[in-house]
Amino acid sequence: MKARDLGELALRNLREALLRNSLTTVGIAVGVASLVAMLSLGVGLQELATKRLSNSGLFDTVIVMSKSGLRGFGRPTEPPRRTSAGSDQNSEQDHSPRVSPPLDDAAREALQKLPNVVEVYPQIRFPTEVRFAGKPYATMVAGIPDSARGNGAFDGVNGNFFSGDNADEAILQTEFAKDLSDKPSSLIGKDLVLRYAERQALGAQGAGASTSSNTEDSDSGSGGFSVVPREKNLRIVGIVDTEPAAGFGGIGSGRVLIPLAVAETLRAAQLNDLRDVVRGANGKTTYASLTVRAKSPSQVEKIETAIKDMGFSTFSLLDATRNLRIFFTIFDSLLGIFGSLALAVSTLGIINTLVMAILERRREIGVLKALGAADRDVKQLFFAGVMGLMGGIFGVGMGWLIGRAVTFGTNAYLRRQDLPPAHVFSVPLWLIFGGIVFSVAVSLVAGLYPASRAARLNPVEALRYE
Amino acid sequence: MVINGPAIRADHVSRHYQMGSALIRAVDDVTLEVGSGEFLALLGTSGSGKSTLLNLMAGLDRPSGGSIVAQGRNLSELSSIELAQYRSRTVGMVFQSFNLLPKMTLEENVELPLRLAEVDRSERAARVREALERVGLAKRATHRPSELSGGEQQRTAIARALVNRPTILFADEPTGNLDSATGESVMQLLKEIQLSMGMTIIMVTHERPLASRFADRIAALADGKLVSEGVAA
Repeated sequence: MKARDLGELALRNLREALLRNSLTTVGIAVGVASLVAMLSLGVGLQELATKRLSNSGLFDTVIVMSKSGLRGFGRPTEPPRRTSAGSDQNSEQDHSPRVSPPLDDAAREALQKLPNVVEVYPQIRFPTEVRFAGKPYATMVAGIPDSARGNGAFDGVNGNFFSGDNADEAILQTEFAKDLSDKPSSLIGKDLVLRYAERQALGAQGAGASTSSNTEDSDSGSGGFSVVPREKNLRIVGIVDTEPAAGFGGIGSGRVLIPLAVAETLRAAQLNDLRDVVRGANGKTTYASLTVRAKSPSQVEKIETAIKDMGFSTFSLLDATRNLRIFFTIFDSLLGIFGSLALAVSTLGIINTLVMAILERRREIGVLKALGAADRDVKQLFFAGVMGLMGGIFGVGMGWLIGRAVTFGTNAYLRRQDLPPAHVFSVPLWLIFGGIVFSVAVSLVAGLYPASRAARLNPVEALRYE
Repeated sequence: MVINGPAIRADHVSRHYQMGSALIRAVDDVTLEVGSGEFLALLGTSGSGKSTLLNLMAGLDRPSGGSIVAQGRNLSELSSIELAQYRSRTVGMVFQSFNLLPKMTLEENVELPLRLAEVDRSERAARVREALERVGLAKRATHRPSELSGGEQQRTAIARALVNRPTILFADEPTGNLDSATGESVMQLLKEIQLSMGMTIIMVTHERPLASRFADRIAALADGKLVSEGVAA
């Protein structure tokens, strides 16, 4: 039979038992909707968790430390040899594995050249005193790289991010802002004074104290330094809940956040400065740690290996991201299984509807065969694909609506709790098309048995059926 | 009256069924030839095997033994699809209980074999009208079977059987559900079709007088065997 005739007769079949076929189609739609809703929830939660964790800066970063630093103070080590390329350091490490290259500007440059590395910056955190409205407040300052502007970490900032990498501006952590004023929002636009200890090499006091941007500057010779009190005026431009990556790879959480470039120019004395003096670092500034940011969390493992090959010690939350991925894979599978249960029930509905239709129309099948219908024609007449297609389309729509409703409800609850809104549902394109294709496929599979049963009917027996 | 050579020939045909431990010989070693344009009546009592033999010759069933050759082709050797094509294009079937599809109109019922035979859409309307005119029901084309009398329904079934222009028309007790007057008119219609179209007609009946009046030849069956064969009186 020609496709058009087949389609017309199949549609006629559907119309003749309109209520039953509609109910079956709704059954499929509910099944697909449940599957789509469950998977959307899984995908949405995964995206939410990934975004939040990515914003925290924990999962795409590798903290690099010198091995000699880890070995601690007072332990004799060979004088570190300067290298500028990773491969050189590899060979160096191969020959003398106990020796770790210093974590200085040359190493920073070499790390920056590694593939898939977006940026390398030092962890700058130092204790300071903030003077605001004539009162002193002891706190911790942290340098924030300019890249934090675009990675969503400061999406919830009250006010603005720094206007530039060299702007004399500060973003305050909410709790600290509350210490300064009962109305933290009113602080935006006001100035504060940062009082800090600037490190100066012995014999170089007063030379370019706040102008040099190079940490490997005029320090030379003795390896010792003096500490000079300095002040810096900063304008408050924003208030943020927490410092991204707070406490990870650094000491304590920054409560006054300033542009990293500004922080570097301050040359504020940090803990590792004392260590360098004790070690006799030959006056050259080394970093306690450097943060290497990868293009994506998936690149972290390769970068970490490359850095280890350079002779440095590394730390990342690679295992945590791996575990997170495993967790969501299992979570999605479970949601998929629960969602599929409804679809499995609707599959039984399809089979039941078609088997009933065949029983009712047994005689008609006999007539069709007597008039020349081939087994194939009869099989195609009991084609459940139309119900599957309709059910799939309605189901995806229903799943999407459920998602919107859950997101609406969740956000209403979050608002009541004074929390920012979140998208807990995500219906990606693959899920829309996948849901429809899956529904059609399930309907076809469900229709296989009834259809082949119809096709196999003996016409003589079918004609005898009353 | 035999006009040409054989339209269909059954040669030592058997159809056996296994019912538990018993073997039912519904048709047992029947050899029969029907000439082209001939009107043959298969006569017998209930359970004599006449309908089974008709189904075998119509390609609705396959024999357990022997062969049936129609238009030079052995039906036993045809594939399922070829057998469906044989039913669609070579033969037409009329049943005792009409077997019209109740939710279709008369014209839709008559069009059904054309759909199955993949006849071009542009030809269909004319052929449906021609078939309905032949049985005198052109004006009832848009009616449903339930709106028609038994005789009219059987005429529609005849129109449906003829619409694909078959060479053999099989009729299984075509007057069984009709009163005698209506049955008479249906038989006259079949006779008219045989004579005007040169159609080979094989009809199953248990009414000897009807067979004697309209058939050219009568083949009597009893217990699955052909017991007598001869020209109708």
